[in-house]
Amino acid sequence: MAQIFAYITHKGGAVDDTAAELAAAAQKIDAAAQVTAIVVGAGADLDAACQGAAKLFAQVWKFDNAALAYPNGEVVRKLLSQVVPAGSILLVPHDTFGMDMAPGLSIKLDAAYAADVVAIESLSGTELKVVRQEFAGMAHTHIAVDIAKGAVLTLRPGSFQPEKGAELAGTVSDKSGDAGDLGTKRRYLETVEAEMGDVDITKADVLVSVGRGIEDQDNIGVAEELAEAMGAVVSCSRPIVDAKWLEKSRQVGTSGKTVKPKVYLAMGISGSFQHLGGIKGSPFIVAVNKNPKAPIFQVADIGIVENILEFMPALTEKISG
Amino acid sequence: MEILVCVKRVPDTAENEIAIKSDGTDIQRDDLVYSVNEWDNYAVEEAIQIRDKVGGSVTVVTVGDSEAEEVLRRQMAMGADNGILLADDAFEGSDGRGIAAILKAVVAKGKYDLVLTGAQADDGAAQVGGMLAAMLDWPYASLVNKIDTGDKSLKIGREIEGGNQEMNEIDLPCVLSIQTGINEPRYVGIRGIRKVASIEIPTYAAADLGVAADAVGPAAARVKRVDYFTPEMGAGAEILEGSMEEKIDKLIELLKAKGGLK
Repeated sequence: MAQIFAYITHKGGAVDDTAAELAAAAQKIDAAAQVTAIVVGAGADLDAACQGAAKLFAQVWKFDNAALAYPNGEVVRKLLSQVVPAGSILLVPHDTFGMDMAPGLSIKLDAAYAADVVAIESLSGTELKVVRQEFAGMAHTHIAVDIAKGAVLTLRPGSFQPEKGAELAGTVSDKSGDAGDLGTKRRYLETVEAEMGDVDITKADVLVSVGRGIEDQDNIGVAEELAEAMGAVVSCSRPIVDAKWLEKSRQVGTSGKTVKPKVYLAMGISGSFQHLGGIKGSPFIVAVNKNPKAPIFQVADIGIVENILEFMPALTEKISG
Repeated sequence: MEILVCVKRVPDTAENEIAIKSDGTDIQRDDLVYSVNEWDNYAVEEAIQIRDKVGGSVTVVTVGDSEAEEVLRRQMAMGADNGILLADDAFEGSDGRGIAAILKAVVAKGKYDLVLTGAQADDGAAQVGGMLAAMLDWPYASLVNKIDTGDKSLKIGREIEGGNQEMNEIDLPCVLSIQTGINEPRYVGIRGIRKVASIEIPTYAAADLGVAADAVGPAAARVKRVDYFTPEMGAGAEILEGSMEEKIDKLIELLKAKGGLK
């Protein structure tokens, strides 16, 4: 059985929620696996992160290097291509770092690559069967991954349920000396924080959130009128911001704001996992979409199959009396 | 700057309901509306803007069949200077690595300073750009939402979690995957497409590229789609039925109960 590694994302000394998810996924591949966590960084934060990882994994490999103080995908790929043994299975979160680092690593390791895996189905010989989604979440596929030469898998955050077992007491090994040259042709400069907008959607109890179904900039007013009638705030999904119809500060999702409303009205939003990743606190979700197959209906509490451009004005009128 | 943009013809998920064939071998492709992958369209627009600023040329390339040519032509109508179609039966059934290997060969035939891809396409894997860069041994950055051109390097922004932006300096030549929202892609009218209708688009097969037939296609693929399927979902949403009026009345009742309406 191939050795299994998990790349741990951490910030401020705390391991990310995805660390426990990778541990759960590794057990799905091989219930008896002794999984090794790889934790890279520099200084005290790294030590704290290694302690956190040791509660989830039997072994922890620590790589302490000033070049790793910020996890630049190019630098981390170079390190991993030096230290991950050939033929291994490496699990990486499918976040903006994993998407940056992992595809190229699979080439450098001469390993198979499966991206954005949402479930692990079975392992038979060197064939690992996993589940992915295509067409913006509208179709599921079984994928057979040939792991004979190893594999790099990125796993969708939130898709693997961490096991509520006892904490492990893993051993942390300092492997920093195994790293070779980490010079790369891409240099991290700084992180520019997202701008605050005129309205803080993260504080709103009720959100009227619009997506592609709004069709035109001129129709944004229809959502604003509904929000006003309800005492709610208007938020949106990514395409609305890309089209510059609303400010970036109104975007809900992993690349926008994380919101915790009591009630969330998803109006003409298909419900990509990136969008749903920005909705926390289990709100009451109402989805209105003219496409009965929109993925949003799988997560909503109440679904209404209608064109929002007809539904919203009618709802506003009824509420306003 | 000589820029190559890799594009793909895909079913437009904003325009189509995707349904799976009963035998699970594919989605139902009859009557699907196809278009250029949305992310690729932003990549082409960005390439055109860079060329207009610093000079050079923009070439669009796709791996596909003769129908994919319409996508190249559309991007040329936007302002790309050249198109290249990579078509060969041997390419069919390639996994991401296979596609990257084909593109690597076409990069080697030119003298490009910059290769752009969309951040992802219809299969959502977001993999080809990173693989191509690794094969070329060029630096790579994904999810790019800002590019400032320089002499031997670019200053780029990557979109990361929370809408924050990770700024990097990256040496040329490099591969970048482009995120939506980086620019506002220009509109392409039917007249624009007519203007480029007669421009010849060269087609290269595996042999023209020096790609070994067994390095691509299903035989080389280590990642294979077994089937499409409809997963067993939880209960999902309670779907409100009836007339619009009845749905609205029921919804208002529910919203009042859940604190969404006073």
